[in-house]
Amino acid sequence: MATTDAAAHDGIRAEASQGTVVNFGFWLYLMSDVIIFSMLFVAFVNLSTNYAQGPTGQELFELPLVFIETMALLISSLTYGLVMICLRQGNTKWVQGWLLITFLLGVGFVGLELYEFLHLAFEGYGPQRSAFLSSFFTLVGTHGTHVTFGLIWILVMVGQVAYKGLTPAVASRLTRLSLFWHFLDIVWIAVFSTVYLGGMYR
Amino acid sequence: MLGRLSLQAIPYDNVIIMSAVALMAITGAVVVGATTYYGQWGYLYREWLTSVDHTKIGIMYIILAFVFLLRGFVDAAMMRAQQATAGPGQSGYLSSEHFAELFTGHGTMMILFVAMPLIIGMINLAVPPQIGARDVAFPFLNSVSLWLTYAGGMLIMVSMALGQFGTAGWTGYTPFSEQAFTPSTGVDYWIWAIQISGIGTTLTGVNFLVTILRERAPGMTLMRMPIFTWSALITMVLVVLAFPALTVALGMLSLDRFFDFHFFTGDMGGNQMMYINMFWIWGHPEVYIVILPAFGVFSEVTATFCNKRLFGYKTMVYALAVIAFMSFGVWVHHFFTMGQDALRNSIFAIATMIIGIPTGVKIYNWMATMFRARIEFKQPMLWTLGFILLFTIGGMTGVMLAIPGIDYKAHNSEFLVAHFHNVLIPGTIFGMFAGYTYWFPKAFGFRLDEKWGRHAFWGWSIGFTVAFMPLYVLGAMGMPRRMASYSNPEWTPLLWVAALGAVIVMYGIVCQIIQLISSIRNRHRLADLTGDPWGGRTLEWAMSSPPAEYNFPVIPRVHGIDAFMDMKENGTAYQRPAEYGDIHMPQNTAAGLILGIAAFVFGFGLIWYIWWLAILAGLVMMGAVIWRSCTDDVEFTIPADEVKHIEDERFRKIALASQQTDVIDSESRGRVNIDGEPLSPG
Repeated sequence: MATTDAAAHDGIRAEASQGTVVNFGFWLYLMSDVIIFSMLFVAFVNLSTNYAQGPTGQELFELPLVFIETMALLISSLTYGLVMICLRQGNTKWVQGWLLITFLLGVGFVGLELYEFLHLAFEGYGPQRSAFLSSFFTLVGTHGTHVTFGLIWILVMVGQVAYKGLTPAVASRLTRLSLFWHFLDIVWIAVFSTVYLGGMYR
Repeated sequence: MLGRLSLQAIPYDNVIIMSAVALMAITGAVVVGATTYYGQWGYLYREWLTSVDHTKIGIMYIILAFVFLLRGFVDAAMMRAQQATAGPGQSGYLSSEHFAELFTGHGTMMILFVAMPLIIGMINLAVPPQIGARDVAFPFLNSVSLWLTYAGGMLIMVSMALGQFGTAGWTGYTPFSEQAFTPSTGVDYWIWAIQISGIGTTLTGVNFLVTILRERAPGMTLMRMPIFTWSALITMVLVVLAFPALTVALGMLSLDRFFDFHFFTGDMGGNQMMYINMFWIWGHPEVYIVILPAFGVFSEVTATFCNKRLFGYKTMVYALAVIAFMSFGVWVHHFFTMGQDALRNSIFAIATMIIGIPTGVKIYNWMATMFRARIEFKQPMLWTLGFILLFTIGGMTGVMLAIPGIDYKAHNSEFLVAHFHNVLIPGTIFGMFAGYTYWFPKAFGFRLDEKWGRHAFWGWSIGFTVAFMPLYVLGAMGMPRRMASYSNPEWTPLLWVAALGAVIVMYGIVCQIIQLISSIRNRHRLADLTGDPWGGRTLEWAMSSPPAEYNFPVIPRVHGIDAFMDMKENGTAYQRPAEYGDIHMPQNTAAGLILGIAAFVFGFGLIWYIWWLAILAGLVMMGAVIWRSCTDDVEFTIPADEVKHIEDERFRKIALASQQTDVIDSESRGRVNIDGEPLSPG
């Protein structure tokens, strides 16, 4: 075992696999996030008819608004895909450009969600009104918080690309941000189907 | 400005609490004073607080656990004293409110701030070297996890002096833990202590999963990993799957408490039962999270001190996996009495009983390993034997409780208290003590004194038996758990016996403290020069004690189970490489410490409704994460010359040890091969 062979092997392994090791770790983190969302979905489904004489989803949800929200997020996933393509081509400018467009779409999504939340709260249908609304605000809000953190992360990465260029470390972080962003998209599809469509067509 | 925090929050009028606070303050002042007096702040900061080295992080976890073991034990002793003196016509010396804080704090601390840090500490010490790695996959994340755990622990400490701790039990069942019933700070302290440390634990889970799956030395296939590493791997799967469930349950409870949401409230559509389900979706796997690593330790210890390959390696692995898998399917047995139909109860009862099968497989494997072996009765082996005997009793009472009919009688009685202490103390605590005495020389370079270790073992074993066997009887006599006072005179004598048991356990703990002090004083006599004081079989014993920062100067190549024993048998164990190379290691960083402190302040701000402080701390946390995520250069290089220098020193020590073989043989076995012949140093 005690040969320079092993030492060389060790060195190569460390160099080549560091990125994949971190990505693997990030996947596992996302799995723990899946559990978090699963629990929130379970809570929502469990409480979704506990209106406490309050309004139902059918009375509250505005599908056109949610549709625009959904489109903003789905398209932002597409534009993040373009970030990754430009990253592979080494096109710093367009990496930044698509990152910013993704950011704007994300801001649009969060903005519409905030509008919806505030609108409901002002009408007296805040999370305190019933268990149904508590679980609605928590599930949708947790997703929105994730998107918000994703937005901060995008800004950080725009800065890193500007200052450091597309170094291997930066590229590796962009890859994980991509995983995160697509993950939120998938979760949103579940939210959209369970909460909004399920609520409207109960 | 300070939310609901005011000078009235300090419980001045309670003599017991104030003397505990005074003791805490004095201890703190002594530590701070001594560090200042000896000018060690710089050393402490550079070498420990900012360290990302897995050995040091492991040691810091274990220190936290031992501090909380003392606190948790004091709580237990106080409860025993209360119940012994609170019989008919007497009220004991505690208020029922204080008693409730004690059982809540005791459970919370013992599970989350003793068992968990002990386990994660042992895993940190032993797993990276067992798989031939230099460190964990994410050393910085490891430091974050550590300091988040400390942050949670410190919140519990603060709860003693400012405000109060939870009174809703360590499970925090709703609706009692809701704002309407417990408006004071207690439940909030409980929530944030667990929440913050729990997030640290989830990160540890991710970290060690990646470490074990991706950082193994060449040749170390999954089925060649030491059993302790296997138990760590499976435990970490449970951690990653179970802890987020706790995060969500606690998150919802805090939304209920802070913002008047209605997840678990009694009105407005809340569902109290949902909390109990969600809590045990974490809580049940959690009991396996704290027991499986102990099973791993027992396997290592049994093989080492029987000087034999572990019997049934593969069945051991499968048993671990089956136990882990099933642990998610039995949570309902925690509330058989809460009104599900009989079919549902039956399904979960049968599932619960089936877990006994793989557990039995493991016990038989350990016994088969011992069969016809020349067992060496060193401290780790003693703890293992004590475990096998006592844990089997606990396991059987567990199967009894799994029968819904019996559970209807025994639920929430002292029988239940006896049962879970009967599995957790011989299982987890004895397991971790076995690991502590087993790996102590690896971490510090000297062994722990045998004599005091034996005293500690007998104190704990006899004390445990005297303290908890009466509780089975009391449970059968109908005594509910968590009673601050009672009116049945028949219970009093047995409660005095139980209190006596606590005193005997205290003897064991005192012996452990004496053992540690005396071992430090005699560290030259107890020195482990070879790095292999027990004749170990796995790779961690191939390093020096204490290990160099890089663990292995050259990553070993593995050819089978018990890799180091293989090397010793082939005579390749102490060979020197032709040359050394530069080694890259992660740099120390303050970011983990800063995150931990900020998390503590964040929790404190929320508990007292000091919103600006919580927001500020949240921003600091975010800033620290962003700062760290922008840092590219996180490694430093240990040049080949320095590696050679360190290794030269190591081989000098080994040569020295072989000259003293006679001396060492009289105390431990020294390095001998499987036939009992001394090995020549490389």
